Amino acid sequence: MAADEPLVLGIETSCDETGVGIVHGTTLLADAVASSVDTHARFGGVVPEIASRAHLEAMVPTIERALKTAGISAKDLDGIAVTAGPGLAGALLVGVSAAKAYAYALGKPLYGVNHLASHICVDQLEHGKLPEPTMALLVSGGHSSLLLSSDITSDVRPMGATIDDAAGEAFDKIARVLDLGFPGGPVIDRLAKEGDPKAIAFPRGLSGSRDPAYDFSFSGLKTAVARWIEAKRAAGEDVPVRDVAASFQEAVVDVLTRKAVRACKDEGVDHLMIGGGVAANSRLRALAQERCERAGIRLRVPRPGLCTDNGAMVAALGSEMVARNRPASDLELSADSSLPVTDPHVPGAHHHDHAHDHDHVHEVSKENLYS
Amino acid sequence: MLLLALDTATPAVTVALHDGEAVLASSSQVDARRHGELLLPAVDRVLKEAGLTLDTVTGVVVGVGPGPYTGLRVGLVTAAAFSSALGVPVHGLCTLDGLAYASGIDEPFAVATDARRKEVYWARYEDSRTRVTDAAVDRPAEIAERLAGLPVVGAGARLYPEAFPDARDPEHQSAAALAALAAEKLAAGGEGFLDPLPLYLRRPDAQVPKNYKVVTPK
Ligand SMILES: [Zn+2]
Repeated sequence: MAADEPLVLGIETSCDETGVGIVHGTTLLADAVASSVDTHARFGGVVPEIASRAHLEAMVPTIERALKTAGISAKDLDGIAVTAGPGLAGALLVGVSAAKAYAYALGKPLYGVNHLASHICVDQLEHGKLPEPTMALLVSGGHSSLLLSSDITSDVRPMGATIDDAAGEAFDKIARVLDLGFPGGPVIDRLAKEGDPKAIAFPRGLSGSRDPAYDFSFSGLKTAVARWIEAKRAAGEDVPVRDVAASFQEAVVDVLTRKAVRACKDEGVDHLMIGGGVAANSRLRALAQERCERAGIRLRVPRPGLCTDNGAMVAALGSEMVARNRPASDLELSADSSLPVTDPHVPGAHHHDHAHDHDHVHEVSKENLYS
Repeated sequence: MLLLALDTATPAVTVALHDGEAVLASSSQVDARRHGELLLPAVDRVLKEAGLTLDTVTGVVVGVGPGPYTGLRVGLVTAAAFSSALGVPVHGLCTLDGLAYASGIDEPFAVATDARRKEVYWARYEDSRTRVTDAAVDRPAEIAERLAGLPVVGAGARLYPEAFPDARDPEHQSAAALAALAAEKLAAGGEGFLDPLPLYLRRPDAQVPKNYKVVTPK
């Protein structure tokens, strides 16, 4: 087995994408994705049971497609990685069960890994080895976190996170108020390009001098935007959708990039990576680029396809686990819907030294049967 | 012939190995909340007990439900992954058929398992090998009359004694029975298996939101 360039298959089913990736060290060989997003669109958000059903249908065909694309035999793999959490419990369980079965059938080590750490590690497939330490801003429909990692396989430290809605969720909600459909991110990004980001001064959450420096809040912004629109409608006036989209988007990305750059400066980190679905937002990329340049920080953003949930990111982290000789998970590995961000992976029972591991077992189990 | 049978459609996480003649080893644990954690270790235990390895298995037998969804999926995706990794076929069987077969009852009866939400998954049988209705999900009181006078096998019968006064064994699903039934079918030519796809029998709970919540105070 290649010690520094392990061949690893990664499985991701934490939300509505069934993702299977295969990497060889930091080289991407396959990135197969089956998405159930269209099925969820009419519900205005991801419906867990629909996502889980879609994962079961797509799981094995997606694995087989990835192996075929990579042109490898499953027997050549050095390991199998899977998102153990955080995410939707029932959805995670499909991927974890499949990964265990493949690992057992093939006699390969199994690595249950953290979804957030995977979002960071995926950048290795695009820009080479992660600098250590790395500052990471992860923004999606499910998460908004600022993380500092000195070793992506063993040390991920939360600097800040949203105290209410995730950034992507705010995009979805505003899109709904504006009747733009689901998901909201891409359509708001598109309309905002034709609008004036300074047209309406929407509030910047948690930006006062006494507020937590690295935490985010988007709930107040969301309410302010909805009120503004409702006031226009109540007055019988047209809602300037493009200006609203641009001004709302500006408020979100302004706060995200300002806090991320500040965290880099405060910690003396000269790299910032941005990941998660919202990293596909063109204004976020542009403003981050501008502010990083001004601060002498190197910005690393993977291409959009690697920012959204995918199997390649799980494989990338799994490969790093193998390369750094991290202990494998065992066959009892459970899906942990609230796996703490500080656990980049879930080592087997012999390596359990985190007290919280046990708290989570039953929390997941509640939903195990009927979610 | 070496069959690995598994079923996670009910609170039982059950695994068995069958060589076409007899059950070589089996494991059953009743824990409705830990299917994901228990299944693979059970497979490993059963194989070790029989002194065999997974790559000697010639076919996988899986209970396709009906059953509560999250647990059911654990067994189905595991069977599908084994099949893909080993290049062996998966034979699907109705979970209720395993209970019926295990009962050995030789007269008309029914099988009922717990579907939660005050309902049961159920089907009628002519004898232990012959199901005469599709599996369905209903409230016990709604089917009590149709099944009046019939013995009822499975945990669903015990849960609702008013609707099903003649409850019979077994209470829980066993992969050993499922494996024996599959071995019988394969020996007889391999007819009568189901595709290894889940029998949910209910649509997912999901509501289309009517409209967004207005935030302006009235
Ligand atoms: Zn994600």
